[in-house]
Amino acid sequence: MSQYSTTYVPKSSFGKWFESRLPIASLVHSSFIAFPVPRNLTYFWTFGAILVFMLVAQIVTGVFLAMYYTPNAALAFQSVEHIMRDVNYGWLIRYLHANGASMFFVAVYIHIFRNFYYGSYKAPREVLYILGVIIFILMMATAFMGYVLPWGQMSFWGATVITNLFSALPVVGETIVSFLWGGYSVGNPTLNRFFSLHYLLPFMIFGVVILHVWALHVPGQNNPTGIPIKSGKDAVPFTPYATIKDIFAVVVFMIFFAYWVFYIPNYLGHADNYIPANPAVTPAHIVPEWYFLPFYAILRAIPDKLGGVIAMFSAILVWFLMPWLDTSKVRSTAYRPLYKQFFWVFVAVCILLGWLGAKPAEGWYVIVSQIATAYYFIHFLVILPVLGFVERPLPLPNSILESVMGVQKGGAGMPAGANAEPQSKG
Amino acid sequence: MMKRTLLIAAALLGLSAPAYAAGETPVPPQLSWSFQGPFGTFDRAQLQRGFKVYREVCASCHGLSYVAFRNLSQPGGPEFSEAQVRALAAEYQIQDGPNEAGDMFERPGRPADRFPSPFPNENAAAAANGGKAPPDLSLMPKARTYERGFPWFITDVFRQYSENGADYLVALLNGYTEPPAGFQVPEGGHYNAYFPGHIIAMPKPVSDGQVEYPKDANGQPQAPETVDQYARDLTAFLMWTAEPHLEARKRLGFQVMLFLIVLSVLLYFTKKKIWARVGGEVEGHATPPMTHNP
Repeated sequence: MSQYSTTYVPKSSFGKWFESRLPIASLVHSSFIAFPVPRNLTYFWTFGAILVFMLVAQIVTGVFLAMYYTPNAALAFQSVEHIMRDVNYGWLIRYLHANGASMFFVAVYIHIFRNFYYGSYKAPREVLYILGVIIFILMMATAFMGYVLPWGQMSFWGATVITNLFSALPVVGETIVSFLWGGYSVGNPTLNRFFSLHYLLPFMIFGVVILHVWALHVPGQNNPTGIPIKSGKDAVPFTPYATIKDIFAVVVFMIFFAYWVFYIPNYLGHADNYIPANPAVTPAHIVPEWYFLPFYAILRAIPDKLGGVIAMFSAILVWFLMPWLDTSKVRSTAYRPLYKQFFWVFVAVCILLGWLGAKPAEGWYVIVSQIATAYYFIHFLVILPVLGFVERPLPLPNSILESVMGVQKGGAGMPAGANAEPQSKG
Repeated sequence: MMKRTLLIAAALLGLSAPAYAAGETPVPPQLSWSFQGPFGTFDRAQLQRGFKVYREVCASCHGLSYVAFRNLSQPGGPEFSEAQVRALAAEYQIQDGPNEAGDMFERPGRPADRFPSPFPNENAAAAANGGKAPPDLSLMPKARTYERGFPWFITDVFRQYSENGADYLVALLNGYTEPPAGFQVPEGGHYNAYFPGHIIAMPKPVSDGQVEYPKDANGQPQAPETVDQYARDLTAFLMWTAEPHLEARKRLGFQVMLFLIVLSVLLYFTKKKIWARVGGEVEGHATPPMTHNP
């Protein structure tokens, strides 16, 4: 293992000169090469790398699309068709970008639910987790505004419905809505500001991602046992072990991504969005993109407009409180027999809400939406706090190594003298 | 303002579906298309026939405004010859200008021109068609669909079923049947079994034998001159106008898939070899014993 040094020592004279002026090489070395990684991480821990890949892919394809797209209510739809028909490989770039948004959300939902399952939000990772929730909210705003840009029927009416939600706010509601619209209905000014913000927000996401990764490197990664790294044998250096695993996972994810792009590129969209926006004709069902459906179901479950808006926003805001709502000291659900059952019920309820969000809000769909919405909040506000007191967790292993290999069977880990407590790193 | 608020409220509550919908809408039959599946390609002869149907039947009311004449000779489409396309374009009069004198003028079409719309503007189209402008057909098979429902929307992913719009259009064109007893068809409307709500503004557009198809060596038409065949050929043509790079997409998709799968296999073994240095990969956690802490 001696080939992996734990600290960066510049070899060339230029390296020494540069290091003393900007120590970026040692930062990269300590963060992405020597950084100790729990050796028992599963593929659920590769979604961070997959998400970085998706963010970069969305920015790169988006920059190219912006070279041809025209943010004008009279020309936007046409310019998208121009990209699809006349621009060389324009169809590829646009389908990559449109499906990329969905793939981004597939990856982020797996990432979020991995965090829920293994208790990654608990101390000492609360700030890391909260930054993640902020990224998710920025992603939702970006995706929503992006879907408006083609200026099809669903773009227009989706924008109308969602921006109108703010009118439910007392006193300031109507003013906020006029400000969002830049007028008295969704129109050209709305499209212009959405385009501007859709271009801006990904770079804000990028900034928060840097903070998220920084916050990750202070306590180090959680792992399936939920217990921290205790000795060098519990860990392996990030490079090459985590690096190669992440690259492999990203390529496998690219296969999944390519399947949608090349074979069913319009499956995740709406047929209505191939009809140019028409303020005079309302589509039969206004449905948001699939990744918003659970929140849309919560919005519509509440018969009162303001109540629905509050419930929908609370459904995400309650995530911020999770580190404190969960009173259990045990991180990993593997050692929490009761929570494990509630976790899977919660997953099922979220999927059910997603399905209900795509259904018209009528008849028994409304009743089921209300029950599912109630359960969603009960999970966070009642089940999580109470379980910590009533649940008797299973005995935790003494170390990661003991859990995955048995005590006797050693195996090389981090080089001797490797820092087993990443907390002490700057 | 009030009207808008009501409209939004109705939209939010999903009440905007036509209230006059009577009876269940049947599910369009799933047809076999040459362009379906991972290796699907268009049938050139079918696209050429479909174009003939468009020109002789649909073009009097429906535009095809995103399609240029030159597209008809591009690879992956009907692949008319360039001479045919030049001759075809020249049959149309295109408004151009202004010239040096500042006047608009008409000139014969060129391959680079797009199909001119049958009406000067949407209001004229609506006025000539009982109040509703006939929609542009360029994107039709992607702009129409029908409800798939559970579990079919999941199996569709694996079957790569993306011909729902095409199946719906053929069903629609075949759907001009007699209304069921007691069904009131309002003035200016027409009964269609597959149209949502069953009342469609467009009258039955085509009848058997209306469009003459090219003859084969035996002097027989290439394909049956029936409404059903017209509908299939037209829909195939419109699928191409909606997705002109469909063949290139599927071809490139196969290459990309092959490349990524080989790369992932190589990466998998690379990863295995690297992890062998630390005694192999270990993941997750041991199944904890089912005894509780004292």
